[in-house]
Amino acid sequence: MRLPCPLCGDRDRREFYYQGHALMLERPLRDAGDAAWDNYLHNRDNPAGETRDLWHHEAGCGAWIVVTRNTVTHEVLDAILVEKARV
Amino acid sequence: MGYSGFKIIKEGLFGQKGWKPVWRNPEPKPEYDVIIIGGGGHGLSTAYYLAKEHGITNVAVLEKGYLGGGNIGRNTTIVRANYFLPGNSEFYSHSLKLWEGMEQDLNYNTMMSQRGVLNLFHSDGQRDEFVRRGNAMINQGDDAILLSSEGVREQVPFIDFENTRFPIYGGLLHKRGGTARHDAVAWGYARGADQRGVDLIQNCEVTAIDIESGVVKGVQTSRGPIRAKKVAIVVAGRSSQVAAMAGIRLPIESHVLQAFVSEGVKPLLNNVVSFGMGHFYISQSDKGGLVFGGDLDFYASYAARGNLPMAEHVMDAAMTLMPAIGKARVLRSWGGIMDMSPDGSPIIDKTDTDGLFLNCGWCYGGFKAVPASGFAYAHLIAKKMPHKTAAKFRLDRFATGQDLLDEEGTGSQHNLH
Amino acid sequence: MRIAGRGFNRCAPLVTFTFDGQSYTGRAGDTLAAALLANDVRHVARSFKYHRPRGMLTAGSEEPNALVTVGYGAAQDPNIRATTLEIYDGLTARSQNAWPSLKHDAMAVNDLLSPFLSAGFYYKTFMWPKSFWEKLYEPIIRHAAGLGALSGETNQDTYEKAFAHCDVLIIGAGPAGIMAALTVARAGADVILADEGMAGGGRLLSETYDVNGRPCEKWAADQLTTLSNMENVRIMTRTTVTGAYDQGTFAALENIVLGNPEAPKECFWRIASQRSILCAGALERPIAFPNNDRPGIMLASAVRAYLNRWGVAPGQTVTIFANNDDAHRTALDLIDAGVTVAGVIDSRAGALALGDYPMFAGGQVIATKGRLGLSTITVLDCNGTHDIQTDCLAMSGGWNPTVHLTCHMNARPTWSEDILSFVPIDGAIPKMLVAGAARGVFSTLGCLAEGIAVANNTLRELGLIESQIDIPTAENSTYHIEPLWQVDGKGRKWLDFQNDVHVKDIVLAVQENFRTVEHMKRYTTQGMATDQGKNSNVVALAVLADATGCGIPETGTTTFRPPYVPVAIAAMGAGSQGHGFAPERHTTSHKATLDRGAPMMEARLWYRPSYFPKPGETTWLETCNREVAMVRNHVGICDVSTLGKIDIQGPDAGAFLDFIYCNTFSTLRENRVRYGLMLREDGHVMDDGTTARLGLNNYIMTTTTVAAGQVMTHLEWVSQALRPDLLVRFASVTEQWAQFAVAGPKSRDLLNSVLDTTIDDENWPFMSCGSIDVAGVQGRLFRISFSGEHAYEIAVPSRFGASLFRLLTAQAEAMDGGLYGMEALNVLRIEKGFITHGEIHGRVTANDIGFGRMVNQKKDCIGNAMSQRLGLLDINREQLVGLKPVEKTGRLTAGAHLFIEGEAAVSENDQGYVTSVCYSPTFGHDLALAFLKDGLKRHGNRVLLVDHLRDVQTWCEVCHPVFLDQKGELSRG
Repeated sequence: MRLPCPLCGDRDRREFYYQGHALMLERPLRDAGDAAWDNYLHNRDNPAGETRDLWHHEAGCGAWIVVTRNTVTHEVLDAILVEKARV
Repeated sequence: MGYSGFKIIKEGLFGQKGWKPVWRNPEPKPEYDVIIIGGGGHGLSTAYYLAKEHGITNVAVLEKGYLGGGNIGRNTTIVRANYFLPGNSEFYSHSLKLWEGMEQDLNYNTMMSQRGVLNLFHSDGQRDEFVRRGNAMINQGDDAILLSSEGVREQVPFIDFENTRFPIYGGLLHKRGGTARHDAVAWGYARGADQRGVDLIQNCEVTAIDIESGVVKGVQTSRGPIRAKKVAIVVAGRSSQVAAMAGIRLPIESHVLQAFVSEGVKPLLNNVVSFGMGHFYISQSDKGGLVFGGDLDFYASYAARGNLPMAEHVMDAAMTLMPAIGKARVLRSWGGIMDMSPDGSPIIDKTDTDGLFLNCGWCYGGFKAVPASGFAYAHLIAKKMPHKTAAKFRLDRFATGQDLLDEEGTGSQHNLH
Repeated sequence: MRIAGRGFNRCAPLVTFTFDGQSYTGRAGDTLAAALLANDVRHVARSFKYHRPRGMLTAGSEEPNALVTVGYGAAQDPNIRATTLEIYDGLTARSQNAWPSLKHDAMAVNDLLSPFLSAGFYYKTFMWPKSFWEKLYEPIIRHAAGLGALSGETNQDTYEKAFAHCDVLIIGAGPAGIMAALTVARAGADVILADEGMAGGGRLLSETYDVNGRPCEKWAADQLTTLSNMENVRIMTRTTVTGAYDQGTFAALENIVLGNPEAPKECFWRIASQRSILCAGALERPIAFPNNDRPGIMLASAVRAYLNRWGVAPGQTVTIFANNDDAHRTALDLIDAGVTVAGVIDSRAGALALGDYPMFAGGQVIATKGRLGLSTITVLDCNGTHDIQTDCLAMSGGWNPTVHLTCHMNARPTWSEDILSFVPIDGAIPKMLVAGAARGVFSTLGCLAEGIAVANNTLRELGLIESQIDIPTAENSTYHIEPLWQVDGKGRKWLDFQNDVHVKDIVLAVQENFRTVEHMKRYTTQGMATDQGKNSNVVALAVLADATGCGIPETGTTTFRPPYVPVAIAAMGAGSQGHGFAPERHTTSHKATLDRGAPMMEARLWYRPSYFPKPGETTWLETCNREVAMVRNHVGICDVSTLGKIDIQGPDAGAFLDFIYCNTFSTLRENRVRYGLMLREDGHVMDDGTTARLGLNNYIMTTTTVAAGQVMTHLEWVSQALRPDLLVRFASVTEQWAQFAVAGPKSRDLLNSVLDTTIDDENWPFMSCGSIDVAGVQGRLFRISFSGEHAYEIAVPSRFGASLFRLLTAQAEAMDGGLYGMEALNVLRIEKGFITHGEIHGRVTANDIGFGRMVNQKKDCIGNAMSQRLGLLDINREQLVGLKPVEKTGRLTAGAHLFIEGEAAVSENDQGYVTSVCYSPTFGHDLALAFLKDGLKRHGNRVLLVDHLRDVQTWCEVCHPVFLDQKGELSRG
């Protein structure tokens, strides 16, 4: 498996650390309530198909990126830096 | 029909003509008392115990593929009761007891082999953690023995004790743990359920769950609608999709876990052995293949196949721990889809919909749980009350933080296990 | 039998080898199978279940029968395919799974018992009495397990792993692969052409027709020479592509020529490609006729390979049985070589002989004879039955495209009625195209043409200009086949030769309702042997389809999974044996530490000293006690460089730390240090450590050794993903600074003896930090203590670490002090009640360790919200306490559990557990840190410590976790 780091280009999966769904970017306010935090930290759509998830180019440039990917085929459709994904 | 050595001889003499189908191929009825979605190990054992323990036999198991085709058909067959957190301990202890009586109970040889599970440790800190675990196992009524490095050498003499990167400080030996023939477990439960009147319906995919006014009414399937008073979901690897049919968003991410089997070699390894400084565990099957695995590939996946980095890590760990198996050749690799829950422990619970039940989140440890999971789930379905061994497998524990079951201590949030 | 003047290696030097102790001669370039057949050795193996005598079935890597063990001792290598093993001088091969000998195998009794050992029989018996399974039945079954044996000795051979990159990977160097490579390479793309054979050419090496007017094997050699002279082409022979993975990644196994002790045995390749072309050819399949497994019965393609490629006739009098045109090609080649062809049995009624040989059109082989080797076959045709004396029967049930790699990403091939086999679907592997026999094109011309066409498609996809290449002239016969899966007749018709699965097993599986293809496979073990069904699966599916009444397309296939050929664990794990598994991290004092005879312990990747024994000290405890007393009374030096150090800079560095830590750092004064507690987002403790404010916008964070990497990743996450608004940058400087603890009442005196400017209590109070100079080198000093003593940590750039360590050690020893190791460090911190990851093991909250008030509720931080969940604030949780033995001699052990007086030591009564234990020379008894239910309120209570594993039961008094100097006067003094 290879992932396209926006800064470094195509790199082997073993250079990356995986973090899970990109909704982790939408961190609730501290007092957003139990349900909001439960949804943020635990509950997932967990799609069988296209998803957006977070990877860290740990053994490369250090960038955190959002990869658009298919969980059934492992096709990689897109990868952007998290700072661009937040906008 | 009953199985016995006498029957084997009789059929051998008469050309095997007398063996009957192990299960029927029934057409789905319009209505059942209970529908179990998922004909894997947990679904089949649930059906069996519903019939046997609770006398509920108007039951259908709906399987979209073939019986036993999920993770029970693709695992490394390890059975153990070496958990230490309250909530897990009593459950796996119960499961091991059911394993020990399974063959007589099912009249089916599932080849439960109590060859011992040996967890190695490689530092004082790891030893302390394993001692805590071992003591918890004994407190629970199970068995554990603390081995020194020399004690490990007696068990597995071909481990590299001289030159390995992380020396062996010792091991925790759980003698009642072992392995079983995974397919036979599914077939044994299926046969037992079928004999008690349960309809096992293959090639029947559930496409919708019918709910009216908060009460479950039945399901829509690829073979038409089926009504039911109770519907029980137990579909590891597809839990999020099936739960979504009932509007439930689960605390689950699906990940792929690879496993490997080597060509058959003459008996060499008696125990199940796990490495403590990398992801690697191994046993040898009764056919001679070394069966081994490691950790998740670590990315959300439904592909039931893995990639090279984790496969190579597993081989790397094998070579530093036991380089004597280096010339065994990997014959086949495969991947299963794991329901990964945030804390690494399962969920067996009611839902907000009356009559709809949920059994999921087994992570990479579902095989050993097959008997007790079915037993507890059947209890929950029959009585609408959790069985005492599974009372802590609540869905809301993540929201409340109460009784989190984080055995590894890596956290109760995703992608840490 | 060798045929004079035939075979590509007819002039090769002779090679001497042994098989089962008998010495033989072969020719360089022979496979073991070819060399044995040249010596008329046909019976080479026993099957797995029934121990039936077996010979070579194939001439390739798909061989199910002819598996041998090579070498002795640590070099012993089991389950080697004789059909791919190249012989070399000194090769010692032997048969396996036979005792006492291959010819007289005691376990062959299983074959006589076979009526009782039908598919799945073991599921139905061995259950009574219950205890006999473990004691009797299973040991017997296990004893029979396996084929060859591992030696049990540590591997001594070298294996390699490597990466390769290319634009186009071409898998298979037969006619299609060669043309594809020429086409792609001429367009300038980087090409890897991989082939499992010892030479490229594929079937061209085993056939006798011409390509472009040249004998086909010579034509192939010419093209490969052309390719090998191109800079953008890499030809990898003896390299089997074993797996297809995501984004164009492939695994491949290269066998290095054996017999060279200098060379590695194998290399495991990871090949990253932009595009790939599968030209893997096709494999011939057997026919299921009664007793079709005797040595001497082999595939027709194998007979031609032995004959044409190695100049070996596998028999004196050969017969041929087929349902397709291959029968006749085989007959003609044999006759050309002067071998007697006793008959061609073509099951097709109208088949005509193409040469001068007895023809049995519409015939079938219904029986065979010859226990250790074929002697006679019985043929049934329209004229009745005929016995034919023959020692070799070449069979062909048709050809199966080698679709395996196309299934590795879960695609299933589809059934083709034209070739009566499965062909790959388009797009099975992203960016892979399939050409030639691998997609069912069987004529040579068709393969050559497809190689060019598919390569040009690939070039188009890559945006390159297509190559104009002429298609060479070659045979273009059409492939005629009629279904023939099994033959009626008395006797077992074998499908999976190695696992001894025969037609009746499948019929029985269907009878018992194991009707789906996966159930059938799992119940009968069909296709689960070392060839993974390469020979038998399609025929078995046809038999299954026949038994169920469903067609083959509806029956479907089982899945092919990696690897295509078995791969040694040592190859995939190359480089990791011994210390290669993980890097070693050494501190700057590593050498000096070893020189002092200190045993090292692993701390993740680091090595740290356990203790520094002095002459006369005989146990670690004796040394440890001395080192503890030394620190408490004088001064000790300890290398603490392994702790993670992260330099954090920027105007928002303070705000960033406030968000990372549950307590506050923006308010920390410059030149001051504060203890920080870090939570995970789930509200549990992640790590702890001290962070110093070196300047207005500059902090230096320390992490535990264990969590350094995790914390760095976490900081990157928070900075990039959650708080990009903060102006802050950070870098790990763990490797850049050597840092030493100087601890004990004399620590300041010691420092003043080495620092360029002396320090005092006023300018350097507890928890202060700043720059210092030591022998002209600028460093950092932190007045912090992990021992509870008056202590410092001094840091210098790593290049000065070794000399500073030497200097500090010498000064300390001059003051009755010295070095201390991890054992003493652990005792010192337990006496003082300092926690490590033994306590913050991932399941504890700040409250649990008594630090609840550190979670500042006036600000948000990672983990703040979730730490306030009810379950995490539950007063019944286990809390950190100290334990002292009631009797001074009482033994405390880590991992023990705690119980109340009068209650049994069982789970329901569990009150807590012990995390850390030491013998304290300061107090003269054991001390422990533990977690105890409602522990804060139970100081002064008695609990029973129970350690079943070590047979320890000790009454303990619960106390405050800080045993020594609770007010902290020592460290402040």
